[in-house]
Amino acid sequence: MVLGARGVAEFLEASAARSPDKVGLVTGKTSYTWGALDAWANRIGHALRAKGVGRGDRVLIFGDNSAEVAVSIWGALKADAVFFVVNAQVKAEKLAYMFDDAGVAAVIADAALATAWTEACKLAETVPPILVHGAQTARAMEMASAAGVPRVESFAELVAAQYPTAPARSTIDVDLAAIIYTSGSTGEPKGAMLTHRNVAFASWSVTTLLENTADDVIIGVVPLAFNYGLYQWLMTVRLGATLVLERSFAFPVAILQRAAETGATGFPGVPTMYALLGELKDIPVQPLTKVRYVTSTAAALLPKHFEAIARWFPNATVYSMYGLTECKRVSWLPPADLARKPGSVGVPIPGTEFWVVDAEGRRHDRSAEGELVVRGSHIMAGYWRKPEVTARYLRPAALPNEVLFYTGDYTRLDDEGYLYFIARMDEVIKTRGEKVAPREVEAALERIEGVRECAVVGVPDAILGAAVKAFVVLSDEYQGRYTEKDLMLRLGQMLEAYMVPKQVEFRPSLPKTAMGKIVKKGLS
Amino acid sequence: MSSTEELVPRVRAYVLSNFPVADPGAVTNGASLMELGIVDSTGLLEVFEWLRDEFSIEVADAEMVPDNFDSIANIAAYVGRKTAAG
Repeated sequence: MVLGARGVAEFLEASAARSPDKVGLVTGKTSYTWGALDAWANRIGHALRAKGVGRGDRVLIFGDNSAEVAVSIWGALKADAVFFVVNAQVKAEKLAYMFDDAGVAAVIADAALATAWTEACKLAETVPPILVHGAQTARAMEMASAAGVPRVESFAELVAAQYPTAPARSTIDVDLAAIIYTSGSTGEPKGAMLTHRNVAFASWSVTTLLENTADDVIIGVVPLAFNYGLYQWLMTVRLGATLVLERSFAFPVAILQRAAETGATGFPGVPTMYALLGELKDIPVQPLTKVRYVTSTAAALLPKHFEAIARWFPNATVYSMYGLTECKRVSWLPPADLARKPGSVGVPIPGTEFWVVDAEGRRHDRSAEGELVVRGSHIMAGYWRKPEVTARYLRPAALPNEVLFYTGDYTRLDDEGYLYFIARMDEVIKTRGEKVAPREVEAALERIEGVRECAVVGVPDAILGAAVKAFVVLSDEYQGRYTEKDLMLRLGQMLEAYMVPKQVEFRPSLPKTAMGKIVKKGLS
Repeated sequence: MSSTEELVPRVRAYVLSNFPVADPGAVTNGASLMELGIVDSTGLLEVFEWLRDEFSIEVADAEMVPDNFDSIANIAAYVGRKTAAG
């Protein structure tokens, strides 16, 4: 694995050297060649250096999928920095937490999100320089200036003034490349630290199992802020293939049309998307016969999902996969086993292995249930500044310089060692293909005046998979002063939309154990 | 039958009261509700529900495109066309 030994920015440089005039990224009506992408990333790298970003410094990229977000990832890597992409739905409070927790050296932010980032600057202890992009840049800069936020400038202007040649780098592959914040049961987001070696290995492994080539045209609708979406782009760059980057899946018909126009060969989605595609009626789009593979992760594919995939992607091979941010991807179900192993998430990705440990800590490679343990070069370097939590999940292996990833997932292995997911050991809710930690929602609810106690659970939902539901007990003086909708709107200002409960139920009290702990079992 | 001019304030009032918006000034009638992060895919389902309740409009799958729903002006124009046709 030589490629990426001096950092995964080598992926981009190799693709630009190999096929400088080939289109690598398409967003909206704009196409970017590999040569242009590499030069743009170089300019961004110089711009970050000019803002004082040095080796190992953290660059926070805040925005929905866009060319600026996609290329800034490589700009940060070119500057020897560590990138992390933050979902546009993240609100000021959490953003400020990330500014301080990660010690962010520079922010590249979408102007449309100015309300969130200016507010975050007011809440954060240290305010990094902010480079703003997007149509509303001028307005956002005025807003920041009015709010007294210093060091805000136009990304486009600063970047255009830089040299297009590569900045000198000193990165080696054991350095950090990325941090991906993930929800935890503690209610505080944890930053999974990924090294260049992690990224190089995982992208090799997944492109190997998908048999990707430079001819692939991949549809990118999953946010770059999530590792599933991020890796579509990292793998595209590694391959020198083409990514058609879309803002979201809000308009499925428009996505199908884009896939048809661009001659897409790969469609990475989640079951919620396939459910929506399955329900479309009377739309002017033909089945996408050029799509040769479809991938799915986040939840099991049901018969209705397979029907939808067969309808829209009649020639596609289906890869059902399973992953965790801490190691990118755990397993894949070889397409030949789809019918033979219903409900299974398959076998380890190439170059890795896994097993389960039972309650007594014994290892089992098949025919057992227990906590899933993963081994391989894809395992993260730890959680950013969280040594205690890291020690829970990363534990010593037989060799001194190796760790095993104790996933916290309760799983089953069948008699051939195929993996079946049972539950998150700490009850994370998966809704719309995204993870919601009940504790994080409860923590937000508890900050609302008048909320005495609450419990957040997942309830079955035909479209979302699971829906977030909150049980709330109001204090006496607040009885009748909130409607369910009031609380949802308040939470909408504090949390990402997918975390906001779809249902709120007021209760006079909640069941508790003798120790006073709320009992969630039976709440639904 | 409502004209688009009459519908714009109505759609605007709905969007601003139903979705959490920190800075109503940024939400011009032509601004992309997706880009501003105001309406996401689930929010869109709420918009469809509102159209059903308020205007008895059933949104066809083929109509679910940004040109019809990505801004207050687009939604108002869509409602105008649908109510005129109906």
